[in-house]
Parts: sequence; C-alpha cells; structure tokens
Amino acid sequence: MSGEKYIPKSKLAQWFDSRLPLLTLSHHLTEYPTPKNLNYWWTFGGILTIFLITQIVTGIVLAMHYVPHVDHAFESVEHIMRDVNYGWLIRYAHANGASMFFLAVYIHIFRGLFYGSYKSPREMIWITGLIIYLLMMATAFMGYVLPWGQMSFWAATVITNLFSAIPLFGENVTEWLWGGFSVDNPTLIRFYSLHYLFPFLIFGLVVLHIWALHVPGNNNPVGIDVKKNGNETMPFHPYMVMKDLTALLVFLIIYLWFVFFAPNVLGHPDNYIEANPLVTPPHIVPEWYLLPFYAILRAIPSKLGGVIFMFASIFILMALPWLDTSKVRSSVFRPIYRKFFWVLVVVVILLGYLGAKPPEGIYLILARIATAYYFIHFLVLLPILGRYEKTDPLPMSISDPVLNKQDLMDKFKKTVTQYEGDDVDSFK
Amino acid sequence: MSKEIKPKRRDFLFTATYTIGAVGLGAAIWPLIDQMNPDSSVKALSTTEVDVSSVEVGKTITVLWRGKPIFIRRRTKKEIDEAAAVDLKDLKDPEKDSDRAKNPEWLVMVGVCTHLGCVPLGNKGEYNGWFCPCHGSHYDTSGRVRKGPAPNNLEIPKYEFLDNNTIKIG
Repeated sequence: MSGEKYIPKSKLAQWFDSRLPLLTLSHHLTEYPTPKNLNYWWTFGGILTIFLITQIVTGIVLAMHYVPHVDHAFESVEHIMRDVNYGWLIRYAHANGASMFFLAVYIHIFRGLFYGSYKSPREMIWITGLIIYLLMMATAFMGYVLPWGQMSFWAATVITNLFSAIPLFGENVTEWLWGGFSVDNPTLIRFYSLHYLFPFLIFGLVVLHIWALHVPGNNNPVGIDVKKNGNETMPFHPYMVMKDLTALLVFLIIYLWFVFFAPNVLGHPDNYIEANPLVTPPHIVPEWYLLPFYAILRAIPSKLGGVIFMFASIFILMALPWLDTSKVRSSVFRPIYRKFFWVLVVVVILLGYLGAKPPEGIYLILARIATAYYFIHFLVLLPILGRYEKTDPLPMSISDPVLNKQDLMDKFKKTVTQYEGDDVDSFK
Repeated sequence: MSKEIKPKRRDFLFTATYTIGAVGLGAAIWPLIDQMNPDSSVKALSTTEVDVSSVEVGKTITVLWRGKPIFIRRRTKKEIDEAAAVDLKDLKDPEKDSDRAKNPEWLVMVGVCTHLGCVPLGNKGEYNGWFCPCHGSHYDTSGRVRKGPAPNNLEIPKYEFLDNNTIKIG
C-alpha cells in the first residue's frame, strides 16, 4: 500500500521477516493510509472488533461454569450469578455486550448505507460484512437459548419452527435441528457447541472483511477516491487509532452503564422462570435487535410467505451494490437519496417498535405498510434514483469542502499575513 | 478438418477419480450430519398411556408425549354440535369433526400451534376453542384453524382407547 517495500532495520528482524513476514504485516497495518476526513461514524469498525474480543473472552470464562443440560443449565446460570467470583459481572458483561455489539453493527451498517460504502470497488467488504451479521444473529440466538429460561425455550421453539415452513422437507429439517420431536436436551447441547464455534468463524470473516478493506482502502464522507500519494491520507497509527480509542471510550461508558445500572433492562423477566414445554408465556418477543425482522415475519398472513420475506429482507442487502446504480457514493451529494435514507431509518425503527407489539389492529396494518416500504426502498426507489436523480457536483478532492470556503480562506490569509508579510501566495 | 476430439485415457481416469472422491467424501460427511437426527433413545419413548377416568365433561388435561403437550379434552354437547355444524367450505384446512374425534366426546390433539410451535390457550379465541398467544391463530372446538397465520389444524396424534378409561398415545 504505502509505496516502497518494507525492510526491517536489524539483521535479526530481517532474518525473521523474510521467513515469516509478521513485521511486514504489522508495518502495513500501522502505516495503512486512511483518508484524513474520516468522521466518528468510521470508528465503529474498531469498536466492533473490541466487542467481538470482549464477547469471546467473557464467553470462554462463562463456559468454565455453565452446564449444557436441561436439568442443570438454568441452575448453573444462577450458580454463576450467585456463587462464582465476579460471575454476575462476567455474565452481565456478556449479555449486555451482545446488545451493544448489535447497536454498533447497526450504526456501522447504516453508515455504509449513508456514505455508499458498499459501491464499487467495495462490494466484497459489504458482502463479507453481511455474512458476519448473519452469523452474529445465529450466535446471539443460540446464546439466548443457553440459560434455559422460558424465553430461551420458546425462542428456540419459534425460530426452529421457521424451518418447518420449507415445503416437503420442513418437518425432517426441524427434527434434524432438534435431535428429537421437540426442543429438548439434544437441542440445548448442540446450540452450546455451535455458540462456542461461531464467534471464531466470525473472527475469521473479520480478517477477510479487513483484508478486503485494505485492497481499495477506506471510503470517506465525501465518497470520492483519495489520492494515495498526495497529502490526503494519514497513517492509521497513531491518527485513526487515537480517534477510534476516543469513540471506544464513549461507547464503553454507555455499555458499562447498562452492565452496572440496568443489566436486565434489555432482557425479559420471563427468562428468570425455568423452561416449561407445557406453557407458552403470554407475550413472547425476541431480543430488541431482532424485532424488525420479527415484525416482517408476522406482517405476512402466511407461514411460508412470512418466513420467505423475513429472510429476503436480509438477503436483499447482498444485492444492494447492484440495486443502487448511482455512481455517486456519498449521500452528501445525493439530495433525494439522502431523504429516503432517513425515511428508511425511521421505517426500520418503526418495524422494531411494531415487532414488540401484538400483531393486531393498527399495529398489524402499520407493520404491513412498513414491510412493503422496506422492499420498495431497495427494489424500486434505488434503481429509479440511480437513473433519474440529479446529484450535486462532486468536489475535486477531499480537501475542497473544507478549504474552498471564502471566509475561511480570508481568515487564513489574514493570519498568515501577520507572520509572513504580504507574500501569502508563496506560502500557499 | 473436422477432427473429432476423442476422450483420452487420462480424461477417463480424472473423471473416475473425481467421482470416487465425491462419493467417498459424501460417505464420510453423512455420519456427521445424521448424528443430529433423533437418536434411538429419543425414538424409544414413543408411546404414553393416560388414565382419563378423572376428567370431567368440559375439562382438558395436558400430558407430555415426545416432549410435546397433548391436549385431551372431554367436550360438552354444545362444543360437539358446534364443531359438527361447521361448513367445510369455511375451513382453511377442511376436515370433518367426525374424522378428528372418533369418539366425539373425546378430542385428543397435539397442543402445538402449527404456525411456529407455541402452546395455544384453551377456551379462548373467537371460536371458543384455542387461541395461540404468539402470533394470533384461532382454533375452533375441533382444533381446526379458523383465523390467523397457522396453515393447518392442530395435529391429531396416533392414539387408541385401550379400555373406557385409558388412552394410549403413539
């Protein structure tokens, strides 16, 4: 990336690096050129990496005390909460960490949508990111089943039953997933096994995601290509590292507020009742981060249709780089798309709200309208906008929007004149 | 110059090797997939016998069979008449009540909503039968779906009366 080939200084380091180029990799990562205009919305990739590590570390520790068996799972979670040293802290950090992980990933995804980060040549970054997101949802769901409370059990029942909507093989598939005729001990144990595995798959995909990122380099708020060898980039370390750390600290404050002051506010009290296959709680809802999809599932008045639309709402994002045909990346220069972007944000939040409400009356009608709009946004609005929208003129460089402001330049000239005399142009 | 391309000895060897390799890989993967299917110990628990002598008219008992709740309801005259009077054309999944309850007084069903597997609540809903709280499916007094997202009627398990007071499920 950064021009010349890196050669370590000492003989020993040269010997090592020519055999295992870890030093070259480290040099590439620290010197990686980032656009100088990246704003705080670009710090969520780093935040997500830290949260993945937090979840893996707290998860490994919890696995030392948890027992994956229907007779002991619920008790062992209470044992972690009451008896294990700092068990309460580790479990609350893990449970709320999952929520914050999703909060950060949603901000990260919507940042990509706003600034057109999914567009050529960054399609593979976008697609690997979506696969990570799918794995995150599967991991979170299986993790939610492990405490074996009422919500765990019924979440497992409802989600695995989604597959019974598959024509012909539906029942075979669900029995295969369960390892029996209902959600039971075999189901719990396999979920535990996979819940342990998936974060490492996510980790591997994160490596691919970053690798794909480092080929074209970062997009930026202006959305035009940066000149790699001009004065438009800065080394990742220390500049972006410091910015990422600042954002991380603010995000950690919010996270730890939940952990210490409201550790159960994002959960559901029914999950402190042990699983009972004979009684479904009167009002079952998934965790907040899955609610929009739950609303779509329930908005369609057919079992198979609901399942198809729910999965389609995620897979449609895979096709986004080809559905949005506009050559202009950043919404800053797309006056009409920008408005629809915010409508989409409101619609997704509305779907989340409706997913938590019973599927009847006005809630059901709104959920149907919002579901229809969600698909219209991607399938109709984006292709039309790409063709007919009149975009604003793009600046020549990423510096222009900052420097080409007359009053700013006048002020700058005045200051410079004080020190340099009248020969300002030579300074410039 | 139409020179026909003749498959060579080597082409045959490649194709044969790939085929044998694919079959071998498939054979190696199958046990890893099939191990997740219900095992012998799960399948062995396939029947349950229930004493229903204490169930009064208008009451339902729930028993567990293969990890699923089974509703056994001793229906009232009114419920039986209601269920029998329904026009099959009004049903999403048309089934006669007489086919569902061989002995009309006793209705034996798997108490699992055919939508996404919740347990419906009894004596609820718009048809005085069952109502699923999860996604709002309504079932009538014969356990047939009348409204909501469920595609089918509540499943009737295989069962028989061993004598007047005992039902064998499975």
